[in-house]
Amino acid sequence: MSNVLKLDDVVMRFGGVVAVNNLSLEVNKGSIVALIGPNGAGKTTAFNVITGVYMPTSGKVSFEGKDITKEQPHKIAKLGIARTFQNIRLFKKLTVMDNVLIAKHLHLKSGLFGTALHMPWAVKEEKKMREEAEALLEKVGLTAVKNEMASSLPYGQQRHLEIARALATSPQLLLLDEPAAGMNPQETMELTHFIKEIKDEFNITILMIEHHMDLVMEISDDIYVLDFGQLIAHGTPEQIQRNEKVIQAYLGVEEDA
Amino acid sequence: MGLQTFMQHLANGISLGSLYALIAIGYTMVYGILRLINFAHGDIFMMAAYLAFFGMTIFSMPWYVAFIMVIVVTVILGILIEKAAYRPLRDAPTSSVLISAIGVSFLLENLATFLFSGKPRAFPTFETMTYSLDMQGVSVQVLTIIVPIVTLIILFILLFVINRTKLGMAMRAVSKDYEIAKVMGIKINNIIAYTFAIGSALAAIGAFLWGMKYPQVSPLMGVMPGLKCFIAAVIGGIGNIKGAVLGGFILGLAEVLLVAFFGQLTGYRDAIAFILLIIILLVRPTGLLGEKTAEKV
Amino acid sequence: MNKRTKLLLNIAALVVVILFIIIANELFDSYIKRILNLCAIYTILGLSMNLVNGFTGLFSLGQAGFMAIGAYTVAIFTVPIEARSLIFYLKPMNAFLSGIHIPFVPALLLGGVIAALFAWLIGAPVLRLRGDYLAIATLGFSEIIRIVFTNAQTITNGALGIKNIPTISNLWWTWSIALLTIFFMILLIHSSYGRAFKAIREDEIAAEAMGIGLFKHKVISFMIGAFMAAIGGGLFAALLGTVDPKQFYFTLTYNFLLIIVLGGMGSISGTIISAFIVTGGLEWLRFLDEPMSIGGINIALFRPGLRMVVFSILLMIVVLFYRNGLMGQREITWEAIGEFFKKLRTRKTRNAKGGAKVE
Repeated sequence: MSNVLKLDDVVMRFGGVVAVNNLSLEVNKGSIVALIGPNGAGKTTAFNVITGVYMPTSGKVSFEGKDITKEQPHKIAKLGIARTFQNIRLFKKLTVMDNVLIAKHLHLKSGLFGTALHMPWAVKEEKKMREEAEALLEKVGLTAVKNEMASSLPYGQQRHLEIARALATSPQLLLLDEPAAGMNPQETMELTHFIKEIKDEFNITILMIEHHMDLVMEISDDIYVLDFGQLIAHGTPEQIQRNEKVIQAYLGVEEDA
Repeated sequence: MGLQTFMQHLANGISLGSLYALIAIGYTMVYGILRLINFAHGDIFMMAAYLAFFGMTIFSMPWYVAFIMVIVVTVILGILIEKAAYRPLRDAPTSSVLISAIGVSFLLENLATFLFSGKPRAFPTFETMTYSLDMQGVSVQVLTIIVPIVTLIILFILLFVINRTKLGMAMRAVSKDYEIAKVMGIKINNIIAYTFAIGSALAAIGAFLWGMKYPQVSPLMGVMPGLKCFIAAVIGGIGNIKGAVLGGFILGLAEVLLVAFFGQLTGYRDAIAFILLIIILLVRPTGLLGEKTAEKV
Repeated sequence: MNKRTKLLLNIAALVVVILFIIIANELFDSYIKRILNLCAIYTILGLSMNLVNGFTGLFSLGQAGFMAIGAYTVAIFTVPIEARSLIFYLKPMNAFLSGIHIPFVPALLLGGVIAALFAWLIGAPVLRLRGDYLAIATLGFSEIIRIVFTNAQTITNGALGIKNIPTISNLWWTWSIALLTIFFMILLIHSSYGRAFKAIREDEIAAEAMGIGLFKHKVISFMIGAFMAAIGGGLFAALLGTVDPKQFYFTLTYNFLLIIVLGGMGSISGTIISAFIVTGGLEWLRFLDEPMSIGGINIALFRPGLRMVVFSILLMIVVLFYRNGLMGQREITWEAIGEFFKKLRTRKTRNAKGGAKVE
């Protein structure tokens, strides 16, 4: 199997703090990979390095064999990596439909003036964009609220919208940052199915950060465990569940008891 | 140009730079804590100059009485502006606070024009201050020497307050992380009020010295120094007090020396600051002494 | 409401405006026409500022500077060649420029293009950085432009300014260009680029993660804004017939700031309404600057300067207490008007049926 994303010895240092230390990982095409670890382990920092928000202090990030270490976030999005955020970052005061349409802007072919002046070819493209957006909203079950303001949606729907928005960029790799955060077991179960569904439906690869272990163990093909910026384990769900280091990291080592 | 004339220009540049530094500190402190360009700061400086003018002319106060009065009243003005125009917008988007700051600035300028008329007035001069010292052929006014000395003394006091006192510690905490400082029980509003008080006091001292050096007051006298001093703060690294002083000196020297060497630039003197701003933003956006910060995602 | 009804309503509205212009041109005196012209120009400038500040979320204060570029371009190139030696009597006009005459419309467009180029020059270093540096850089730019125009005597005639610019006295020019600008803004905001601008305003990090190049889009918005401001400035010069550097003092920008704050940052219809209110209001407030006496006693309060004090207090009141202005980010649409009348009608019928019933 070929890998989509590859990190080689990535180090991310902020002043004196090493947030990510020598992280190497591979994400295979068509798989679901989970990045887990206690809070502050450097998972979101790793996401930010991959998506170009931070430039790593050293190391290399490759996407489909191409070095993207120094690319800017919007270029990386164009190349085919989309993401969601830990603390939902929707365009709150815009409609659900607009949120999705904005994510389609990066593939716009008509030029600035054609688009701005609503020239026939641009109108045609806009129509196509809208149809695709409608179809996407239909798939994630948000058609009924497409003209609502994003901030007016309930929490669970906002999470879905954020995933829909990321999918609208037509990515090959989707990064989900704690998609189940704040969800109850019922909602988490639905999300588990949803993630599987979109993976097959859109033929994408998924890398996710998640704390809900049920979800992680059920759908991951591969798991990486981070602790204090360091990779402490890597393996299949079964291997990780039995790993001593992982259990220690999660339960904490009692030092002076 | 002989060495003597050069020394004279140098002294003038340092002197002007110190005045810029005094005003720039006020900008940098407020920006450090509120992330706000306090557009009204230059106009607070202007109001202080008028207060000094009226105190010494109409009310014929001796200069030291006027000096104290100006500082006290300007500090009160600064705190009032913060309370009335910035505090109510604490949770509003930055653009609203910026607009409010512009509104205050505009109001003070218009108020001064209305109350004191747009005509410039002569600031009282002092024999002792304008007395020229002859130092090996370089003639320097007493004032030109006093201004940098006052600035440096103030800088040391300020650095002591910031680095060694509880108030300073709280200020640093608020400027580092507003939210966490709040959670830690620091009374943010008090700290902000203190910051405005200090900034206004320095603007008052600056205005007093400015009036003696450039003996004229007018309602729009704060506009250009205000813009320039914010730029000085950016050059030094916004939020950094030593940086503001360094930026002030650089700007003052650049203006005086460039005009001295290239006479044809005289008309463009006010443009120098903005060109420096563009250069520094291109070369080193965090300023000379500023640290790199990363935004949390 | 379907598309055809909307189109018909739009055409009807346009016809009403055109009729108004025809009638106003015939009936109103030159003073009122001047104010109406100014309303149209301020609408253009308000929209230009709202595109950058309201829709894209940047903070530019360069309106006065871009206006000055547009105004001077029109002034320099449309003044009749034979009048130039009289205007530039202190220092003759630059030999190259003094022979060039361009008709009004191309000169107007040229001003827009030059302003857009300057916007690129300022935007390139500044727009990559924190948003608030743009405020200082643009404010500085509009002052530098004034300084340059004061000093470049052979091009701009320095502090004396340029007189005898062929003037426009009817409403057609300003109003038709204002209408075009409004039309363009509506199209732009409702295009994919308009959505990208709004996305940047809402959340830069998310916008970038969705593939929107922040720098590119900010520069585009800033340049279009500068172009529009210069068009407004060119019309301004042609309306007054004279330009000088003092007209473009940076406080002029605050007029447009008040317009967009009052109208709503991010609302086209709000900007238009507000442009009329602010322009009309500033005219109306002129009585504050006149001496006034009640019962033979002069009231000392009314003297030059009071108008601007009141104006700045109004700006403060709007910012502090009505932060969203008249419209916030909403727009007046035909649907909204329809809803409004429907509500009005139901209330009336209910009243007619004999008092309100609790439902």
